[in-house]
Amino acid sequence: MLKSFNALLVRDLKLAARVGGSGVMGLIFFLMIVTLIPFALGPDLNLLSRIGPAILWIAALLATLIGLDRLFQADQEDGSLDLLRLSHTPMEIVVLAKVIAYWLVTGLPLALAAPFLGFLVALSPEAMLAMVATLLVGTPALTFIGAVGAALTSSLRRGGLILAILVLPFMIPTLIFGVSAANAAVGGTIPFATPFLVLVALSLIAAVVGTVGAAAALRSGE
Amino acid sequence: MRLSVNNLACERGERRIFEGVSFTLSAGEALVITGRNGAGKSSLLDILAGRLHPAGGAILLDEAGERTLAECLHYVGHRDALKAALTAEENLTFARDFLGNPALKPREALEAVGLAHAARLPVAYLSAGQRRRVALARLLVAHRPFWLLDEPTSALDTASQETLRLILERHRENGGMIAASTHSPLFLKDAKEIQLERTKIPPPSAGEG
Repeated sequence: MLKSFNALLVRDLKLAARVGGSGVMGLIFFLMIVTLIPFALGPDLNLLSRIGPAILWIAALLATLIGLDRLFQADQEDGSLDLLRLSHTPMEIVVLAKVIAYWLVTGLPLALAAPFLGFLVALSPEAMLAMVATLLVGTPALTFIGAVGAALTSSLRRGGLILAILVLPFMIPTLIFGVSAANAAVGGTIPFATPFLVLVALSLIAAVVGTVGAAAALRSGE
Repeated sequence: MRLSVNNLACERGERRIFEGVSFTLSAGEALVITGRNGAGKSSLLDILAGRLHPAGGAILLDEAGERTLAECLHYVGHRDALKAALTAEENLTFARDFLGNPALKPREALEAVGLAHAARLPVAYLSAGQRRRVALARLLVAHRPFWLLDEPTSALDTASQETLRLILERHRENGGMIAASTHSPLFLKDAKEIQLERTKIPPPSAGEG
């Protein structure tokens, strides 16, 4: 079972690194959104540093979403999903391996790149650190929630938009606590730990519900 | 190991495709499924692979230990389940590690289908027939007793068809079972054959409607 898990994880990481993989794409998209916002708002540094965490979080959310529709669809189209079904490995493990691989090539780079993009929205050093921490523990929740939508829309040809409509409402709690934890780090009335721990809890819940939900969706789908 | 299928029926989109399909397969036996386009050959294989639920009937697997039917079978369908960005060898390495019960090494399996020279090429660069052969090489990298093949000879040239026949016969000699749907003859030794017929739609009875 562990061997199957590793095999799938390695395969997906390889695919992401090859031509047309989603690895770098999400990161560039993230950069684009964060770059565009100061152009739209104007060079008001105070305003930018105040809403900076929110901008970074929205950008991270959209960047996570952009390649998510291909998570299971690519396997569905070329028949690989049938191969994945024929294993002694439960579907949950398959989902877990694919989601972790997806997070390693999208969520993790986003979190690590956050300090550099923080410069663009005039974040203070503490805020940058808080951004890295919140994105690091928050993006898994986004990916796992998205995986359920990706599994449900895997057999639809243009499932991307439906996927976004399906999963965005469920990502709101993660967004709220992610941004409030990042804001709490630079001042405010609540301590950093309170929203941060709720964010951790959200990620853990999403990991369980998302894995089981996506596996059920893949099993029932033709 | 023994597979018995009893009175199987299939429905797709509320239309009965076939019904009353029964056969048994024991170790070393092969089943060739023929029929017109749309007669339900692929659907029958899909049901055996667990991708579709039968509308009626039963599939029984005996003497297989604790393994489920899905864990006993290889399925090579129309979609070849290969990743275009990975090389032929990488695709097979993944299948070997993922499916468990490893048999031949990816290199050896590619040699067996005559594609040793293409091992390091991304599958995207291969022709339809070569991709089909890589997909068939997957049969050899992991040991599974029951092979489900959906038109295995499509896109294969004559020489490759002969190679495939030899691979299938060797699998049967080792106690394997094969169910293949096909339009062109596979030339398998004393293979069972079933021909699928589309269920006649009963004429509407008078007085109704």
